[in-house]
Parts: sequence; structure tokens; C-alpha cells
Amino acid sequence: MGVETEMRSAALGPGTQQDAILRNVTETLVDKGFVVANLDKLVNWARTGSMWPMTFGLACCAVEMMHAYVSRYDLDRFGVVPRPSPRQSDVIIVAGTLTNKMAPAFRKVYDQMAEPRYVISMGSCANGGGYYHYSYAVVRGCDRVVPVDVYVPGCPPTAEALVYGVLQLQKKIRRTGTLMR
Amino acid sequence: MADPQPIQELGDYLSGALGDVVDATDLSGGELTIHVHRDSIVKTLTFLRDDVNCQFKQLVDVCGVDYPDREERFDVVYHLLSLTRNMRVRVKVTTDEDTPVPSVADVFNAANWWEREAWDLYGIFFSGHPDLRRILTDYGFEGHPLRKDFPLTGYVEVRYDDEQKRVVYEPVNLTQEFRNFDFLSPWEGMQHQLPGDEKATVDEDAESEEADKASS
Repeated sequence: MGVETEMRSAALGPGTQQDAILRNVTETLVDKGFVVANLDKLVNWARTGSMWPMTFGLACCAVEMMHAYVSRYDLDRFGVVPRPSPRQSDVIIVAGTLTNKMAPAFRKVYDQMAEPRYVISMGSCANGGGYYHYSYAVVRGCDRVVPVDVYVPGCPPTAEALVYGVLQLQKKIRRTGTLMR
Repeated sequence: MADPQPIQELGDYLSGALGDVVDATDLSGGELTIHVHRDSIVKTLTFLRDDVNCQFKQLVDVCGVDYPDREERFDVVYHLLSLTRNMRVRVKVTTDEDTPVPSVADVFNAANWWEREAWDLYGIFFSGHPDLRRILTDYGFEGHPLRKDFPLTGYVEVRYDDEQKRVVYEPVNLTQEFRNFDFLSPWEGMQHQLPGDEKATVDEDAESEEADKASS
């Protein structure tokens, strides 16, 4: 048997501690040819490291979402790469006002995503209708249509806030995510 | 403001050339509005588009207005732009819920969707329109939401039903009461005196008192 290497639940920053773990893993690999880790932790590591969001910009929040994707905040660093197809996506970021007319289409997109799937509700309108709460045409919160994992408040939330929301979702997946969901 | 002379002349010219089609012309703020009867709207717009002195080749907007107290409650407003003359003109007709307005989609293609929008939001009917159906509201939406008698929250709201596995429509049930808006907000209060305004307008009695104090 190989040496059981502890998969850290929280990502380690660069430093002596990280170096020690990496050296340990490398030595084990060279010595025995394989390492052993907990499967669920490995799965969580893979899930949190490649959360591909469905491109689902509905209103002005989409602009802040774009800001989060591009160079300054660069969600790509977290393995968050926007996808054009729900079949390839793990997360859907509801960025903007969800209208009654859009609701069935949105649910369809959500249903097409493969399990495990997560939802980030971004901005006041998606969280609870926001400015349009009393409107005849707007869904009072996208949680009326799909189950939501993370709510990002703001109108619109800053790109930074969205990045924080993504990190919160990573934390949530690490804490609760198992093979079965 | 631009020189009102040319637009004034245009108003006179139009009421002359179109004759009794024009009910009234109205020039305010350097903007010309002509009121016509709905039956002559096609004739009016065709004239404005084709006449060599007008050349209003662009239809900028068609919209509806609801005046619920009036007998013919709706206005349909057409905004035209003439790049040749560098002028704009506004044409207004009135109608009610049942009376159709002749469609101008044959005169200006742009009117097609705007008339659909006016139909959708106000329920103004346009006769002779090639494809008069809803354009903005939800599929199967009932009512015309920009009418003043349409309730703000509408009649239905949507929810995903886990048993039926689809989005269902239900009567509106607000979990949060309507906000009671305070119309005495600082913005509304602007027309009255603001704190600090008294410093800008010098009160003469107070000033003379001050002067008395200083001299004594």
C-alpha cells in the first residue's frame, strides 16, 4: 500500500507547509509509483477546481459577471470557465432579472444541466425580484423556479462580490459534497 | 432652442396643404405637434413622407398614451424625423378600446413592431396590420399592462411545480405588502424651502436688526 496523503480540505497557499506536502507526494510517487487519497476528497477537489458556469446573463448583472471573468478578477484562475451549453455546465449564475416569460426557458436550461449542479443567484432581482418585486412580469426570486445554493446580494453586486460568491460555493461543495447529492 | 421660425412655417404649411385633415397644430417648446383624425393618419404620414417640402423619411417612434378620464382614452403618438429639413414633427390621434386605428405599417415598415407593442401594452387595435400579435409580454398573457386600470402586480405569478415538473401560473399572492411611499421625500420637498436656504435670501428686518446691534 502507498502512503495515505492527506487531501487538504482548504487549499494551501505557497509556503513551507505546501512544499512539504508536495515533496511528500513526489517522494511517494517516485518510491512506490502511486499515492492514495480519500475518494470523496479527491472528487471534491476536482469539483471545486472546475466549476464551469452556464453563460446566463439576463440583465445588467451580466456586465459585472463579465468583469469577474476577465483579466482583473479572472475567475479562470479558479477553474471557472463560462460554457455555452448547459450540458457542459456545473453551475448556473442567474445574473439579472428573471421574467415570467423567461422562467420556463430558464428551468429548461437548468434541467438540461448534468448532476451535480449548482445555482448562484446574483443580484437583487434574481434573489427576490428586487426593484421589480411588484411588477406584473417578473419572478419574485429565482428560487421560485430552481433551488439556489448561493445568493450574492447587490444591485448589481461587484465583480468581487461574485468572486466571493463563487468561493462560498466552493466551500459549500467541499463541506457537503459527496458522491451522492 | 433652435429658431422657431422654420418649424412654425412647417406648421402653417401642413395645415394649408393637408387642409381640413389637420384638426389642430400646436407649437410648444420648439416642437410641432399636429392632431389629426385617426381615419386620415395614413394620408397624413404618407404626405409627410413624400412631400418634397417635408421628407419625413424616418418614423422614430409610435407609442400609446392612456388618459382614463377621457372619452376616447388613448392617444397614439407618431414621431417623425426629416434629415433633409433637420426637423421633427409629432402626430397625434385619439382612439378608444374598441375603435381601430388604421395601421401605417405600409407607409413605414418600422411601424410594424411599434404597433404590435402599442397593441400589447395598451390594447389599441390597428386595422390592416400584417401581423398584430403580442410582442413583449408573456405567452398567453391576459390584459394590457400599461393601461392605468391594470394592477401593478398583474393577475398571475409563476412558480416551478415539483409534482407537475413544470412552471405553473398561480394568482398573485404577495408575501410582502406594498410599500407605502412617502411622497414628502426630500426630492418632493425641493419645491419648498430647504434647510439652509434662509442663508441665501437675506431677510431685511433681520439685517437692519443686525445693523442696529452692531452700531449700539
